[in-house]
Amino acid sequence: MPLILLGGLIFGFGLGFSQMARPEVVLNFLQFEDFGLLFVMFGAAIVSGIAFAVLPRISDAAPLTGDRYERRLKPFDRNVLIGGGIFGVGWGLSGICPGAAYASLGVGNVTILWALAGMFVGAYAQGYWRSRAAETGTAPAGAD
Amino acid sequence: MAFDPVPLQLTAELFPNGISRYAVGGLLVGLGAVVIYVGTGIAAGASTFLESTLSYVSDQSRFQQYVASRDWRVVFTLGIVLGGLAFAATVQSGLVTTSLYEAGTTGELYEVGGLTLWSTSVQPWRLFVGGVLVGIGTRIGKGCTSGHGVCGVGSASKTSLVGVATFLTVAIVTAQIVAALGVSP
Repeated sequence: MPLILLGGLIFGFGLGFSQMARPEVVLNFLQFEDFGLLFVMFGAAIVSGIAFAVLPRISDAAPLTGDRYERRLKPFDRNVLIGGGIFGVGWGLSGICPGAAYASLGVGNVTILWALAGMFVGAYAQGYWRSRAAETGTAPAGAD
Repeated sequence: MAFDPVPLQLTAELFPNGISRYAVGGLLVGLGAVVIYVGTGIAAGASTFLESTLSYVSDQSRFQQYVASRDWRVVFTLGIVLGGLAFAATVQSGLVTTSLYEAGTTGELYEVGGLTLWSTSVQPWRLFVGGVLVGIGTRIGKGCTSGHGVCGVGSASKTSLVGVATFLTVAIVTAQIVAALGVSP
């Protein structure tokens, strides 16, 4: 748990430093006014990519949990496209995504509570629909 | 003299705030994810927190699958919030200065007890409506910018690459339309 807190701290500090905690900066990227966001996403992906590639060769399992270092790939289905599309509209409208919203609260952006409230409403709504669908067995259950 | 202003000019146009703050921030975001992965083997994503936390207060069957992970997800999110606060208390407040950081001009800065805090100018309705769609979309789409974007792309997951391409494209189109309609900020 302390390690997860530390990881979260670095993660959040990075989101603050890179200005991703500012919806305006994300919107500037999406409107092609400042392409810096590419460096954030790919910079982070390169770092995690190196770790994901190297760690399994050094050690079999994580020291704290005993979990194996493995790629837990999410299965692809239509939902990835549908969900990605809905998320895209939301991201393009608000300029904020979940991790950046938490960090944004940390840098003092109280207004972001609107977005966080919205995210919980949205997450609850889809959970409600999918719980219903799973109970009645009409819609395909999303296994993720 | 090998002086060629064109690439420089282009760089300045594409990156009016420089590159370093983005690259350094991105490396830190990746490092944060790696610290967690090294210790626990968990590829951390931020958006599952939305559902796992709802399992504390809701009996909907959909949320029950996250009961086992909900505690550490709260800790992870708390870490992100505190990490943002740590950034505000140091770099944003001017306590720590570095040439790698280019201060932004967006939103509004305000002071509370010596801390320089920041607040957005983006209108609340955009944040709320966008937030609802982000909440629905990330959970149906199996991940957000951290789960798909950082961890998924980092592990070369095809699902995540398709996910990122989808939400990035749609977000660009959406933002351009919203801007064209004259909604600002």
